[in-house]
Amino acid sequence: MSAEADTVSATAEAEARAVRDAAARARASQARRLMLAPWLCTIGFFLLWEVFCRVFGVSSYVLPAPSDILDATIAYWWPLLFHSFHTLWMTTAGFILAIVFGLVLGLALGASRFVHAGLYPLLVGFNAIPKVAVVPILVIWFGVGWLPAVLTAFMISFFPIVVNVATGLATIEPEVEDVLRALGARKLDIMLKVGVPRSLPYFFGSLKVAITLAYVGSVIAEYNASRNGIGNLMARASADFNVPLLFAALIALAVLGIMIYAVMAWLERRMTAWAQRSQFAA
Amino acid sequence: MAKGKVSRLNAFVALKDVTHAYGSGDGFPAVEHLSLSIAEGEFAAVVGPSGCGKSTLMKLATGLQFPRAGTILVGGAPVTQPVRIAGMAFQNPTLLPWRTTLENLLLPLEIVEPHRSRLKRERGSYVAKAERLLAQVGLKGQGGKYPWELSGGMQQRASLCRALIHEPQLLLLDEPFGALDAFTREELWCVIRDLHAERRMTVVLVTHDLREATFLADRIFCMSARPGRIVAERVVDFPRPRDLEVTYTKAFIDIVHELRGHIADARKTA
Repeated sequence: MSAEADTVSATAEAEARAVRDAAARARASQARRLMLAPWLCTIGFFLLWEVFCRVFGVSSYVLPAPSDILDATIAYWWPLLFHSFHTLWMTTAGFILAIVFGLVLGLALGASRFVHAGLYPLLVGFNAIPKVAVVPILVIWFGVGWLPAVLTAFMISFFPIVVNVATGLATIEPEVEDVLRALGARKLDIMLKVGVPRSLPYFFGSLKVAITLAYVGSVIAEYNASRNGIGNLMARASADFNVPLLFAALIALAVLGIMIYAVMAWLERRMTAWAQRSQFAA
Repeated sequence: MAKGKVSRLNAFVALKDVTHAYGSGDGFPAVEHLSLSIAEGEFAAVVGPSGCGKSTLMKLATGLQFPRAGTILVGGAPVTQPVRIAGMAFQNPTLLPWRTTLENLLLPLEIVEPHRSRLKRERGSYVAKAERLLAQVGLKGQGGKYPWELSGGMQQRASLCRALIHEPQLLLLDEPFGALDAFTREELWCVIRDLHAERRMTVVLVTHDLREATFLADRIFCMSARPGRIVAERVVDFPRPRDLEVTYTKAFIDIVHELRGHIADARKTA
């Protein structure tokens, strides 16, 4: 009787273990699929592109097939690498300027209602100006070279930083402010102890947007007013009707863009782990 | 009349004929002709219908707002700036998520003198003090956890500790147990009862819960509907320390019932 009960319970245990193992395997295979998803989608995209060009016999002057672009990348690997580094350098310089300026202005906007009311319309107006229209002015002032690229990258990317830092400061819980003010905290105390840490997730979130914008800015300026950089390489390739090289440069831009975005996303996770507790996107 | 005068003489918190309205100009007042006085070391509770200006009372008593008319004295001096001797806790624990529980406790010490200038040198003794306080409210060894790793009741305990760490003479509690389940709430009643018994600070508890007010307070003020003023004052003289059993006695239920009547009247006239 009891031996029978033991076998029954042993079978039940084995079944439960099997169910648990199956669930663990399912989770592991889902994790593998998630890891593979970006590669599968990217490879699929280029395969479709290749098939489309071959089936319809599209001329490589109109839309080069990925295989043509790969040939061009191999043929021009040194200029592509050299100009990519130049662009990366311009972008980083402009981006660092944007961080410093954006932080200071964002803190000022968040701390003072007067500054906010006064400057906000001006900022929105400035942000609405297409920066490509500003490049000729920069060329008149500074000539062709690295400065227009850095400044364009800076101008196009500081706005999201300002807005996000100011928002972080503006959303301090009133109760926390009351607790500290009742203790005699000065405005600066509240800013440093509560406001600034609170706005950090917003700040790092904005960096992901800002870095890609900075990148667009430096390429625009290089296209119009530089002797170096991917933008300049594209301008020359398009003048030569070297369409495969033009596309190779575009793909180099995309790869670089993904890389700097990934760096910013990593930085965000590192710095603001406390703000990322949601299981929503998991 | 004479009795009122005596109690005002040694009052720790006194509001006299206070009227206050938010915003500019002549908005509808939140409190009007509000007078009350609370003795030093007394545990006072303020009850009333929603929106009767109880939170305004807290802001006035701490110097976060200044009245349109009337005078406010705290610790014998008129309130002309944030009072600095007060600790506050709210329904929402409002702990900072990027600080551990212990670091949250130390926050007031980073603001208020003389601790502010001593904190760096004597950090060890302040940390020990914070840990003692955590142990006292049943959070022993939890200081290293982040607030979001604690349950709602534990967060509220930590919030109480933050309000007490700088040893304030005046503790203001704005519905601190409102969001907790009934059992946790009663546990925290006992925590705050014991803290008051040990430290004898003056407490002002704003609450909707008449049983809570009756169990904890020495003196209960009933406020009218907006604009708020005091419509009744009730002394609760159950001997201390009080046990939770007292809440099931006839005398206790009678007081709750009586308060219930005042609030019902206040709501009707609104």
